[in-house]
Order: sequence, then C-alpha cells, then structure tokens
Amino acid sequence: MAVPLTLYTLVVLPFLAALLIAFGSDRGRALHSGLAAAGSALGLAIVLAVAGRVIGGEVLAVSAPWVPGIGLDFSLMIDPLGLMFAGLILGIGLLVVIFGHFYLASGEATGRFFASLMLFQGAMLGIVLSGNVLLLLVFWELTSLSSFLLIGFWRDKAEARQGARMALAVTGGGGLVLIAGMVLLGSIAGSFDLMTILQRGDIVQASPLYPVMLVLILIGCFTKSAQFPFHFWLPHAMAAPTPVSAYLHSATMVKAGVFLLARLWPVLAGTDLYTVIVTSVGLITMLLGAWVALFKHDLKGILAYSTISQLGLLVMLLGFSLEMAAVAAVLHILNHAAFKAALFMSAGIVDHETGTRDIRRLGGLAKVMPITAVVATIAAAAMAGLPPLGGFISKEMMLDETLQISLFGLPWLVPVVATVAATLSVAYSLRLAIHLFFGKPRDPVPHAKAHDPGIGMWASPAFLVILAVLLGLVPMALAGPLVGSVAGAVTGAPVGYLGLSLWHGVNLALGMSMAAVAIGVLLLWRHAGILRRYEAVRHLDAKEMFDRAMGLADRQVRKLIVATHTPSLQMMLFATFAVIVVLITEGALTGGGNLTGTRAGQPASAVAIIAWALLIAATIAVVLAQRQRFLVLIYISVIGLIITLAFVHFSAPDLALTQISVEVVTILLLLLALNLLPKTPPLLSSNPRRIRDVLLAIGGGLGVGGAAWAMLTRNPNDPISSFHLANSYSGGGGTNVVNVTLVDFRAFDTLGEIIVLGIAGLAIFALLDTTARGAAGARLRSWQEDMPHSPERHPLMFVMATRILLPLVLAAGIYIFLRGHNQPGGGFIAALVVAIAFLLQYLASGFDWTDARRRVGEHMLIASGVLIAMATGLGSLLFGANFLTSAFGYFQVPLVGEVELATALLFDIGVFAVVFGAVMLALAQLSQISQRAARAHAAQVEAQQQEDQR
Amino acid sequence: MTLEFLVASSIGVLVAGGIYLALRGRTFQVVLGLTLFSYAVNLFLFASGRLTLNAPPIWSKTVSDYADPLPQALVLTAIVITFGMTAFAVVLALRSFLETGSDQVDGDDAPCAPGDGPSADARREPRA
Repeated sequence: MAVPLTLYTLVVLPFLAALLIAFGSDRGRALHSGLAAAGSALGLAIVLAVAGRVIGGEVLAVSAPWVPGIGLDFSLMIDPLGLMFAGLILGIGLLVVIFGHFYLASGEATGRFFASLMLFQGAMLGIVLSGNVLLLLVFWELTSLSSFLLIGFWRDKAEARQGARMALAVTGGGGLVLIAGMVLLGSIAGSFDLMTILQRGDIVQASPLYPVMLVLILIGCFTKSAQFPFHFWLPHAMAAPTPVSAYLHSATMVKAGVFLLARLWPVLAGTDLYTVIVTSVGLITMLLGAWVALFKHDLKGILAYSTISQLGLLVMLLGFSLEMAAVAAVLHILNHAAFKAALFMSAGIVDHETGTRDIRRLGGLAKVMPITAVVATIAAAAMAGLPPLGGFISKEMMLDETLQISLFGLPWLVPVVATVAATLSVAYSLRLAIHLFFGKPRDPVPHAKAHDPGIGMWASPAFLVILAVLLGLVPMALAGPLVGSVAGAVTGAPVGYLGLSLWHGVNLALGMSMAAVAIGVLLLWRHAGILRRYEAVRHLDAKEMFDRAMGLADRQVRKLIVATHTPSLQMMLFATFAVIVVLITEGALTGGGNLTGTRAGQPASAVAIIAWALLIAATIAVVLAQRQRFLVLIYISVIGLIITLAFVHFSAPDLALTQISVEVVTILLLLLALNLLPKTPPLLSSNPRRIRDVLLAIGGGLGVGGAAWAMLTRNPNDPISSFHLANSYSGGGGTNVVNVTLVDFRAFDTLGEIIVLGIAGLAIFALLDTTARGAAGARLRSWQEDMPHSPERHPLMFVMATRILLPLVLAAGIYIFLRGHNQPGGGFIAALVVAIAFLLQYLASGFDWTDARRRVGEHMLIASGVLIAMATGLGSLLFGANFLTSAFGYFQVPLVGEVELATALLFDIGVFAVVFGAVMLALAQLSQISQRAARAHAAQVEAQQQEDQR
Repeated sequence: MTLEFLVASSIGVLVAGGIYLALRGRTFQVVLGLTLFSYAVNLFLFASGRLTLNAPPIWSKTVSDYADPLPQALVLTAIVITFGMTAFAVVLALRSFLETGSDQVDGDDAPCAPGDGPSADARREPRA
C-alpha cells in the first residue's frame, strides 16, 4: 500500500468501525465486538506491516492542507515512537475488545460501548500519528470527550456520571491550557508542523516565552497523565466498566501526556527549568500514588493509584533529560502496558465472578480460580519489579538513572525517594496478589460462587502476562530494536548499545532494588498495623475539594451573569441603543464632523412632501396612540404603504412588491397576536424614565438620520454594482438585475437567508405547538373574548369571494414567479402573494376547514425548499463550476415561442417553497391558537348559559 | 426641500419612534418599536444606493442609467427576514404572556418597578 493510503486508513479505520457499530446498535453484541475487533486487528496488521521499515529508520509521512490559513494541515506521520504507541493502542485495543465482549452482559448497550471505544481508539491513534501539532490538539480533545462517554457508560450510576464529569473537567480543561501552550510553541518555532518544530529546539529554548509555553504544555500533559496535583480524577474514573479502565486508564489515554513529553523532548527537554519541574512532579506523584495505593481496598482503586505512581515514574524519567533514562522510560511504557492491563482485566474477572472488588472481603481465591491467580500474580510480580520479569529490568534501569540526578543541589534526594516509592510499590503489588489469592477467605459469600471464567475472558490477560515474562527473559530479542529506535526518536539522536538484560552485575542499583523488595515484604507483613495508623488520620478528600471548587466557580459565574445580564429587556435595549448613538457620534467626530456633502440634491415634488408628512404623522401617531392597539395597526400600515410608494418612486419595483405583500402578512400576524394579547392600556412609565427614553430616542433619530443625510449628500465610492449590471444578462441570463443578484451573484447569501427564515418558522411552530400544555394551556382554556366579534364567524360573501380569488391569485403568483428573472417579481414576491391568497382562506373559512384541505405540510415545504436550493447549488459542482453557479439556455417551444430555462429558476423554486412554508407556518399556527382559544371561550359561554337556564 | 432630506429625516423620525417604543415595558410596544426600527434600517440600506428616479435596474440594451441593484437585492431579503423576525418576536411575546400571564418585559415580577410610576391595576390612568 502506498504510504498516504496506509496512514489515512490507519486513522480512519477506528472511526469507520465506530460509525458502523453505531448504525448497527440495535443488533447483537457479537456484531458490535466483531466490528471493533476487526477494525483493531486490521489496524494492527497495517502497523506490523510497516514496523520493519519504521524501526529501520524510515519516517512515513503524508500531509494535506486542511485550514492552511492557521497552519492546520491534516498531516500524519509514523516514526518509531508513533509506531510503538500505535501498536499498543491497537494491540491492547484488540485484547480489550475480546475481553469486553465476554465482560459485558448481552443486555447492555454494547453498541454504544464499542462505538465509543472505537471512537476513542481513533482519537488516540490520531494523537500519536499527528504530524501537525494543531491536528494533535483536535485528537487530544477528542480523547477527552470519548473517555467522558466511556467513563459515564453506566449512566444510571451517580458515581459514573460524577467521575465522567470530573475527568472531563480536568483533562478537558488541561486540554484548553495545552492549546494555549501549543499555539505559543508553534508561533515561537514559526510552524505548526511537528517535524519542523522538533528541529528548532534551540530557537524555542532561547525564546523569552519558553517558560510560559513550557508550563502551559506541562499542565496539559500532567492533567492527562494524572500527575500531582491533577491526579485525583483517575481513581474516580474507575467507575467505568473494567475494559475501559484496562484500556484508557492503564495503557493508552493516561499515557498520552507521557507520549507528548516524549514527542516534544527535543524541543522542551534539557533546560534546568524542565528538569526541575518534570522530575519533581514525577517524583512526588510516584511517591504519593504508591503510598495511597497501599491503603486502598477497592481493587480498581489500588490499580488506579498504582497507575498514578507508575505514570509518575515515567514522567520523572523523562524529566531527567538523559538518554538512558529515555530508554528506561520507553521500556517501562511497554512493561507497564503489559502488566497493568493484565491486572485490570484480572480485577475485572474477580469482580465479575465474585461480585465484589473489596480486597477485605476476598482472599484465598487461588484455590477456586487458579488460572486467574497465576495470571494476576505474575502481573503483580512484574509490577513489583521482581526478577525474572520485565518490570525488574526497567525498575533497575530507573534506579540506576536516579543516581545521575541531583535535584535542588541534593544528589541523594531523587535516589532515596525513588527507592522509597519502589519499596511501596513492592508492598502494594504483593498485597494485591497475596491478599487476593492466598491465605484464608475473609468473607465466605463472594468466595463460594467464585470460579475461573471461560477462556474468552482470561485469554487476553494471559497473553499480556506472557509478554511481561518474555520482556524479562529475552528483552533484547523481543524489544531491543524497537526500544532502541523509539528512544532514538524521542531524543532525536541515535542511541548507543542498550544492553537490556536481567543481570548487570553487582552495583548500587541492584542494592537499591533488593532493599526495596526486602522492605516491601516487611511492610506487607506489618500492613494491618500501618493501615490502622493511616486510617486514624483524616486525609484530604480530592472529590470534596473538587466539588467545592466547581461550586464556587458556578456561583461566581452566576453572579457575573446576573450582574451583566439583567432580566430587564429595557435595560439591555437602552444600553444597546446608547452604544449605537455613541458610536455614530464618535464616527461623525473622527470624520471631521462635516455633515452635509457636496452631492447635489434632487427637488422633491409636492406629492413626495405630502407622503413624507403623512409618514411622520403616522409615526408620531404610533408612538402616541399606545392605548388603542388596533388603531396602531392602521398607522403602521400607513407607514408601510408610504415606504412602498417610496420604493416605487426610487426605481425599486421589486422592493415595492415585496414590501406591500409583507405589509399585508405582517398586519395579519399582528392582528392575530393582538387578539390574544392583553388589550388593556399599558402601564405608564414614570416621567423621569420617559424623559430619559425620549432623549435617547431623539439622540438616536438625529444620529441615524444625520448619518443617512451625510451619506445621501455624498457620492458613492466606486460601487461594485456595475459588475452586476454588466454581467446580469450575459452571465446570469436575466434582465432583472435584482433577481439575478438574488438567485445568482449572491445566491449563497440568499440560501443563508431562506435557511434563517425556515428556522424562524420552525421556531414559531415549536413555541406555539406546545401551548396546549402547562400554564400556557390553562390560560388559553380560560381565555375570555374581550373584543366585540361579529356574530357571523364566516360571512358568506367573504367566503365566496376568497374562494373565487384563490385560483386567480395562484395564476398571478405563477406569473410573478416566472417573470421574475427578467421583470420585477421572483420567488420571494410570488411566495408572499400566494401565501396571502391562502391566508385569506383561513380568514374567511376558518382554520379547520382550510387545514383539512391542505395537501402538503409547511415543514415539508421548508425542508424541500432548502434542499432544492442546496441541490441546485451542488449540481453546479458536478459540472466543475463553483457552488451555486447558474446555467441557462434558450429553447424553442411550439406555440409559446422562445423560452429561457435557467438553473437559477430551480433555486428560485427553493426560495419560493421556504418563504411560502415559513409564512404559512407562522400564521397558520397563530390562527390555530386563536381558534383554540375562541372555542374554549364558546364552550365556557355555553356552559354558563346552561347554568343560567337551570 | 430635496428628496434626500425627506428620506433622511424620515429615517431619523422612524428611528426615534422605534427606540422610544422599544424601551416601553410591554411586549406589544416593543414589537411595534422593532417594526419601526426595521423600516428605518431597510430604508437606510436602500438609500446607500442613493436615490434614483425612473431608472429601475431592469437591464436593456438601450438604457445606460440604472438604480443601484445591489442594495435593492439586499433590502429585498431584509424585508422578508424582518417579517420572520417580527413574527418570531410576536410569537415569543405571546408565548411568554400565556406562560406567565404578564406581558411585561421589565424583568420584574411586579407589574412595575418601584418608583417607576403607577404599579397597581387601579392606577392605570387614562393617559397616553
């Protein structure tokens, strides 16, 4: 396979599997896990196929621009470091899928589980294979999100939801900090391409921003990899199903931070600041995790804290900035992935078979579940670092490296603390194995039903344990070349002879290791006493502190919102208008304050002046006649009519047609609404407030009017309209330039507008369709008619007239629609005209009569309209033209003559359908509500009359 | 008087009326204010193409003078969107009235804030 295809396939496969699983979520468990396993296996096969080349020193890379403007390329690369992690992700993924298939009951939402798991796998692969740091961030966030879904898989459990939320808050929040750090890194290095950045370590470390950037990136890594003081989320994430813990919280996601430290080693590592921060954080985490793990009783809790401790070890090793420490870290990543995933699965088996994970209730299980006991005991021994297992080698190498480091000028500090932590880890590892499988059963109930599971469940951990053993026995043969080339990829320079083996002769590290084992065994022997002392002390509860911090943030944000976002519409509108006035004033002053320009005015006719006076009078009447609400509508329509006339006068026939039809619809709408709204006189504002508002209104009027005057008395700057005029006929095939602009030149705008209109229509439907319920429904049912109504609901003359009118208006509508491309008209206007014809039917014959004769739903109209318009636009892509490019031609039709057909006409059909649908939806819904209210009122009146007769 | 003055002053008056009404405390007046404001904005946008008499932007081989078509196209959709916005505002007002039994938008549960004029129903004075 070609390199680009290989890499894309590798990253796309898990997402594809997730999608397929999600589509088949109602099918059986076997399909879900089968798809997940197939995806992982195929990916693993690809990784193994390229492994030879990559370990040999070849870096496979591919890049395609995604958002070039910000330097985001979709570039993938696979070098030894990426190869090792990809192998871990896919290999352990495959084992976890097999384990998960048997672990989850068939009644559970296995589709959701495996789809989320594959989503996570894809995101994780994306992180380790990204060749662009911005792309890496995208995948980084995706792991936070998918792990949120996985931790909270058992939605009905409160601790699962809380754990998921906490993990998301910490890792997602850390991700945000990481974004800041990475953007800073990219801007210092001058590129977001990973390879380029890695070569510019000198420039980056010399930058004055290096410390800031370093801390930001480290916070991102530390939150993800559960380092102190961000470690607390990991134990709470144990509420996840055990396969998830085995996968995310031991082998993969928590290693993402370690991966990033390793990945960015050439750029970040080597400075004093880096060494001090990373080493000490790792050291503290290692010690703390190991200490707490010794006293946990939940199996997964022990494993969680031991993971924290082991991650601390890895972080500390990377903090040393030493070549051999990198080798030790790489080897330990492999070791840890093997034994920890095996341990998690064993814990899952014990939980599955005994029904408890509390180590105080278990014990002596070796007799009843010997296979699990062997597997888990070997894995625990590897975690303790006992020979001849892989854990021993990496632990000894780690102890050896600590001797090279002098933290805070104290050469003994790191070796001593590391040895203490190693001692503790021997103790908790042995405690896990011995308290679980040996001795006497502490509680007969879980013990009674325990037995080894089927091979499906123990095969995965057993396989991992075999690897852990082989990593100890034949480390060079099994992992030598891989570890060497990965360490080389981390440090950016080839690594010398590794010499991985169990026996390095007698040296200080061996002594430290032996001391750790001896004291560890001693600790376990005296465990009960130490535990009592530990539990006598009250410890800080991280969850409580986290909850308190979240609560505090919540309250502060709420306060801020209340302070800035008052519930008074008036306050907010006042502020908005005031800002507008200030902006206009400021603009006018910076422009020199010269109000009148040099463009000559045009003399106004007497008719124009009368119309103007009418408009002003009507506006004043609207403002003053607040009490008679129906009267206001007449004044409003006067304004609308005069504006229509102005459009006619100023050579805008299309606008005039649109305005007049919108006017009709708007008045109908306001009438319908006013029927239900209170008609009582408005409460009057206080005088000071009215004066304040009048002043602001006058200021706004003067400002906007002045701006209009200033604009009208100046000549336009080189308008782009000449392009539209010149190309309308030749390029768009229409002579009505306004319509051609709408459906061709600026069709994308129009598409957006009709979508907005469609959304408005649907939102109105959503608001009104549910009024029958709750308080609104009760109010609607007790609605009283408060206006005199005609006794005749549907006057015969009106009904007949509108029925005759309908076909005529429809014909007119079609005519207006068809001529639109060349003469005033088009989809917008035709839709409004036709809508008015239909609304007249509602008005005359009532909602029920009309609604019963309706063939096509408004929702359908809106949806199909948007789809038609979009399809027209996409159609032009098929012909290699840009989105929404129109085509047209002239055809001879017998009898009719020459006819022009343009794709723009199709687009206009879409416009027609959406506008018609949205207008009808709004008004029909409103009239339905009115009808409902009127019917309720009629029923009340009737009941009252019957009451009176009695 | 020039046509430019008539249009500019109309815009100014509409804006003033719109602002004043939008700052009242009841939903219906706010809707009316928005309507007036929208008229003004559409007129302003239209006027940015300057005022042209007897030259509709209908292309013909023999004509060389046209009104600016671009603002017209923009205002045409703006008029329709204005309708959508008005309809939405009206329905929102209606729903909130049905839900709460009040059409106040002052943000107070009480009909009027203290010191904000008459607050009890009995004090609805017949003043305009």
